[in-house]
Amino acid sequence: MVVYGSLVTSSMPRQSTVQETKQESGDRAQAPADSGHNLESQALQAKILKKLDAFCLDVEIAATPGFTIPFGPSGAGKTTLLDCIAGLLTPDTGRISVGGRVLFNAAEHLDLPPARRSVGYVFQDLALFPHLTVEQNVQYGLAHLSRPQRQERAAAALDSFRILQLGKRHTNEISGGERQRVALARALVTDPKVLLLDEPLAALDTATKSRIVDDLRRWNHAHRIPILYVTHSRDEVFALGERVLVLDRGRIVAQGTPHEVLEAPLQETIAQLAGFENIFDAQVESVHEDRGTMRCRLTGITAGTPVELETPLVRAELGSPLRVGIRAGDILLATAPPAGLSARNVLAGRIATLERRDVIVSARVDCGVEMEVHLTLAARDSLALTPDKDVWLVIKTHSCHLMRN
Amino acid sequence: MVIDWEPFWLTLQLAVIVSAILLVIGLPIAYWIAFSRSRLKFLVEAVVALPIVLPPTVLGFYVLVALGPRSPLGRWWIALTGHTLAFTFSGLVIGSILYSLPFAVQPFAASFSGVDRKLMAASATLGASPLRTFVRVVLPLSIPGLIAGTALSFAHTMGEFGVVLMVGGNIPGVTRTVSIDIYDQVQASNYAAANQTALLLLVICFGMLSVVYGLNRRTWLFSPGR
Repeated sequence: MVVYGSLVTSSMPRQSTVQETKQESGDRAQAPADSGHNLESQALQAKILKKLDAFCLDVEIAATPGFTIPFGPSGAGKTTLLDCIAGLLTPDTGRISVGGRVLFNAAEHLDLPPARRSVGYVFQDLALFPHLTVEQNVQYGLAHLSRPQRQERAAAALDSFRILQLGKRHTNEISGGERQRVALARALVTDPKVLLLDEPLAALDTATKSRIVDDLRRWNHAHRIPILYVTHSRDEVFALGERVLVLDRGRIVAQGTPHEVLEAPLQETIAQLAGFENIFDAQVESVHEDRGTMRCRLTGITAGTPVELETPLVRAELGSPLRVGIRAGDILLATAPPAGLSARNVLAGRIATLERRDVIVSARVDCGVEMEVHLTLAARDSLALTPDKDVWLVIKTHSCHLMRN
Repeated sequence: MVIDWEPFWLTLQLAVIVSAILLVIGLPIAYWIAFSRSRLKFLVEAVVALPIVLPPTVLGFYVLVALGPRSPLGRWWIALTGHTLAFTFSGLVIGSILYSLPFAVQPFAASFSGVDRKLMAASATLGASPLRTFVRVVLPLSIPGLIAGTALSFAHTMGEFGVVLMVGGNIPGVTRTVSIDIYDQVQASNYAAANQTALLLLVICFGMLSVVYGLNRRTWLFSPGR
């Protein structure tokens, strides 16, 4: 019996999220056409250099209407980037503009205060005003309007995030998901020209998260503005991302569509971010240009038989060093020697440890090298997996991601 | 023996006026202490805290000098009103404000510092000016600190002695406060009257503080982080 691992890789196990993404990216492909040149004229452009105690943020970004995802480990500078755009931090040098309106320009000593930037910001901890009701929170940014107008706009915003019925409650009397919706409604009711979201949904369960994401996406279809959505969840990147900016230690190390950036990483930092649990040093043994593949031998193995993997063809010399990254969820595990498979890599091994993490099981399998494999609880039970059991690992050629050293 | 109520009314007036004025001038000072990034902040904090450690006679002496006819302030006041500030009720108010300043400013500043900066940032990104942020977010979330600071400066003024004696002297109906009245009675070996007045002052101050702590059960005075 063979277990397909990737069903359980994600921290958001709902497969439908990924399907929605694919459907959504189809919709999005048409979106730029009907918005025409508007996309460019509403874009956020920022060139920022900001030195802080621990690190230095040095980035240049352009974000057109739609979702752009600053992605990276904590401390990479994502929140610093948002704070600079919102005007809560002042860059040392640089220029920030939205749709041609300059918010900050060090050269001209121009630095609009946050209140005049028209930037919506949803903080990681939401920062709802605890002394105000839901309705008062949402009306907070509408002080310049008359009371009836304020009430009407706030009601519309609450309605579009499905929390109209909570208006009179205090923010400590509502659930986590509802609080997120209040924070979004409060930021969006002011009609910002840019929306900054700092991991606003990190604390939510998957179902709530994807419902809120749907509402946010629906809102964005009506109001096409650039949205910077900070996350370090891979699944959110694929669910939302039109464009990903990978940040590491204050710099952008890669950008592009989620598939370009996260599926074929070239740099190890990205590989680690993208959730490659298995990363090995390897050497090119043979190149099969006609078949579009190569064979790579894993190096650094002291004892036992050498391990070879068939990988996709990349431009690399024979004998040159590379690294191979394989996601734990991309590896299939079998309890009998599998036959009749399309997958080109079958490694015999033995389970070293089995460890339950939340709803998945992480198995470490010794097959010359130690590989981490993720399985469902049901898979573990139906295969009666225990430590020391002999198993076979099945890895597709295209699940082997190559990167430069 | 009947209690002489005049010093009580005078002291009460003084305490109400002083704590009201401190509520007004204490807010900007506390705001600056809580939020300024100036390097000179420590100096202002030290000056504000001085009356806590300084002997009231020292403070009173300098206030007296500053209010007297030889100082610019004293001369200006004389030119304006025709009489000196020293040994008047107005002079007493000025001296008491300085003396009780830390008791208002420190709880104010502590509660301002305790307001989550993210809330202030959120207010700013929602278009609010710093003043609007202060009025709509910082002040409402600092109410326990405001009550504590006002009550403390009120109670502190009720019980002050040294500064009053130095600045105001002992003029019945003008500057003779409860504590000076008590001192006078003791000097005159009038212990029964002194005891009655002292007990009454004790009960008033205790009652006030009980009400304040009762209202702010979760708030600790003088804890900067809150």
